Amino acid sequence: MDELVIAGKPYSSRLLVGTGKYADFAQTKAAVEESGAQIVTIAIRRINIGQNPDEPNLLDMLPPSQYTLLPNTAGCYSAEDAVRTLMLARELLGGHDLVKLEVLGDPKTLYPNIVETLDAARTLVREGFKVMVYTSDDPIVAKQLEEIGCVAVMPLASLIGSGMGILNPWNLAIIIENANIPVLVDAGVGTASDAAIAMELGCDGILMNTAIAAARNPILMASAMKKAVAAGREAYLAGRMPRKRYSASPSSPVSGLIE
Amino acid sequence: MELWISGESKRFEAPLPVSDLVERLGLAGRRIAVELNAEILPRSRFESTMLADGDRLEIVTAVGGG
Repeated sequence: MDELVIAGKPYSSRLLVGTGKYADFAQTKAAVEESGAQIVTIAIRRINIGQNPDEPNLLDMLPPSQYTLLPNTAGCYSAEDAVRTLMLARELLGGHDLVKLEVLGDPKTLYPNIVETLDAARTLVREGFKVMVYTSDDPIVAKQLEEIGCVAVMPLASLIGSGMGILNPWNLAIIIENANIPVLVDAGVGTASDAAIAMELGCDGILMNTAIAAARNPILMASAMKKAVAAGREAYLAGRMPRKRYSASPSSPVSGLIE
Repeated sequence: MELWISGESKRFEAPLPVSDLVERLGLAGRRIAVELNAEILPRSRFESTMLADGDRLEIVTAVGGG
């Protein structure tokens, strides 16, 4: 069976989804279910003191028996803040150690700050976390993050939330070729064909949020993404035909034509 | 005494264990994690940890995010 293995645990789905930007919890739940995702990202934020104590919590909607939660450090701009956030996440989730590290460099582009990312990755690995790390599509940095001990490297395809698709397939291909850990595209996918292209390049999986949440019909897009990721993976495994500028090889027999 | 809770100043009467503070903030039984003066405070130590003037607390939960 073709499975995605992260930190020793197998997953049948290669689509990972975020839980942000949905209209409400009901829509979040429906989209996550429709996507077939088994790994689901969450954010850690200060609790709103004075809110209704009966207000539903995201964690009630994502039972650990059904989903592997992936707390992230979205919104952190320094290694220190990212490490603190994930320490809190580990406490919140009862010792859970699989995390998504992202350290941002600037609020306009949300491009990762690689210096801080490398720093945070070293600390987190030392502290016993299993780190899936968001990074640029720089093959050297991706390799360094692997050498630090991250369990998956997650280069952007284009900027977070941009929906611009796979802007540098050649860099992604180099990262994939060099990696001994799973490579997941994180960020930039806009529609199903982008997801299929990333998987056909040989990515091990895709993490997305906005492409589903900001679709006109998020539930339907979740279904489309599930199929695109699966189709792209199968196409990658099947091995595409060579590209030929001219085809002198018709699909139908050349003999037996009527005269 | 003055406590800084998620960046906001609040006044409480000492002595006050963390568990009582959590209750008074209406957070008892909620899915939260607490950091006290930039160190994680495990839930198992809420009752035995007494707060002091000037303590800084962060109280977090999980929200939707990518």
